[in-house]
Amino acid sequence: MKVLVAVKRVIDYNVKIRVKPDHSDVDLTNVKMAMNPFCEIAVEEAVRLKEKGVASEVVAVTVGPKAAQEQLRTAMALGADRAIHVQTDDKVESLAVAKLLKGVIDEEQPGLVILGKQAIDTDNNQTGQMLAALAGLPQGTFASEVDVQGEKVAVTREIDGGLQSVELSLPAIVTTDLRLNEPRYAKLPDIMKAKKKPLDVKTPEDYGVATASKVSLVKVEAPAERKGGVKVGSVDELVDKLKNEAKVL
Amino acid sequence: MSILVLADHHDGQLAGTTAHVVAAAQEIAKAGGGDIDVLVAGEGVSAIADAAAKLDGVSRVRVADNAVYAHQLAEPLGALLVELADDYSHVLASASTTGKNVMPRLAALKDVSQLSDIIAVEGIDTFCRPIYAGNAIATVKSDDALKVMTVRSTAFDAVASAGSAGIESVDKVVENTQSTFLKEELAESDRPELGAAKVVISGGRGMGNGENFKLLDGIADKLGAAIGASRAAVDAGYAHNDMQVGQTGKIVAPDLYIAVGISGAIQHLAGMKDSKVIVAINQDEEAPIFQVADYGLVGDLFEVLPELESKL
Repeated sequence: MKVLVAVKRVIDYNVKIRVKPDHSDVDLTNVKMAMNPFCEIAVEEAVRLKEKGVASEVVAVTVGPKAAQEQLRTAMALGADRAIHVQTDDKVESLAVAKLLKGVIDEEQPGLVILGKQAIDTDNNQTGQMLAALAGLPQGTFASEVDVQGEKVAVTREIDGGLQSVELSLPAIVTTDLRLNEPRYAKLPDIMKAKKKPLDVKTPEDYGVATASKVSLVKVEAPAERKGGVKVGSVDELVDKLKNEAKVL
Repeated sequence: MSILVLADHHDGQLAGTTAHVVAAAQEIAKAGGGDIDVLVAGEGVSAIADAAAKLDGVSRVRVADNAVYAHQLAEPLGALLVELADDYSHVLASASTTGKNVMPRLAALKDVSQLSDIIAVEGIDTFCRPIYAGNAIATVKSDDALKVMTVRSTAFDAVASAGSAGIESVDKVVENTQSTFLKEELAESDRPELGAAKVVISGGRGMGNGENFKLLDGIADKLGAAIGASRAAVDAGYAHNDMQVGQTGKIVAPDLYIAVGISGAIQHLAGMKDSKVIVAINQDEEAPIFQVADYGLVGDLFEVLPELESKL
């Protein structure tokens, strides 16, 4: 079974973001970029499936600018066999990404597609579900456990208040939650080997997908700053302040 | 032009979040958005429909009661929403795991974008939503004919339950051969739900281990609080993931939030900084959590917690 895993290049999760002075967007100039953390978990799960002999091949795919090839090389250093880069400098929203990934599914015919549940830049949490709908496939979102058994996959999902398990017919779409696995670090020899693995470059036109969206960004603002308050010296003072000043007790 | 709200429910009860989503729908209605309908989909959901019909501002409750909608699996629920969406200009759901699971399917099948986790209504087509873990707020305008949205329920005050909307059944039954429900394991707790609690007390890596989380129990009992955890505490195995407060967990905005042994990573602040009053208890006086706390107490939590419990 072939496993397709989608990754996204985003701002590194440790970076504190700045809003541009003209409020047009977030300022990404000279900011450290990295693979979206949930996508790292997706790559790790795909590679583990290959190590267990469930997957025969792991193909990594991304949609984005030329620099996003760094994240594809990272995916291959972690164990993906080859990569597909749908290259575009346009700002591509979840729906267009889902349409492009649908195009990749049609060509590659994977048995399982794994994506991160959410990218930490737009925080949308949409692409996997949209892809499932467009491809007419079942979905196991927010997965904390993935168990492929023959023609089916059992997915344990992190839901409000607990866990839900569903069984999906393959092919299927899975999106990853935090506890699914702990991603490995790439080893230097693997990073060197990844440079020689095949990477196909495509364009949105190859899939007949227009990337324009009907949603426009009006402005981006920093959230209202929360002012730090006071330090209290004792538990008594804390209880007193909560009762008499904040009036929340 | 009318608005459809997908009701959230579990265990045979209407979830509290639905009243908040109806409040968001009312703001859209006031801006020119028309009537508000609520869809209750599931199996054996008539009591839930009755509760939804009482929500203020709701014109009509539509009930799809069939085994195929049990457990609100995304595939049949998405297909049902697609069938109903043509009657509406806006379809809203809570940004719960159910809403997040199904709404993008509706949007994709109607070939429109989805707006996730909106926190303010600026007009019938313009909304505010957090991006980058709440470190920026984007105002976005949708020119799609159908607006599909999830709503951050803590950003809207719940509507009251003094209404009496009509209830109609939806006979549309879709097929689902692709997904099967196996089981659900829900945490048993007498405490309020994390997202709806008036008081939340959360523990971080400073708690040291999972056993020490019991130190929060007595205080939570006295305050009627829900217990949360930081991602660091969840990653370390001290607490269940469903207790996680933060960008990747629950977003909470209680009247009082008590952070214990939590340093205050950006990802945690994203989940709790809209709380009305924040208390931080931490040994490290340089911890970033103190920059957002109304009241900070520098001290050893193993001494502070028992004392706090005894003095409440």
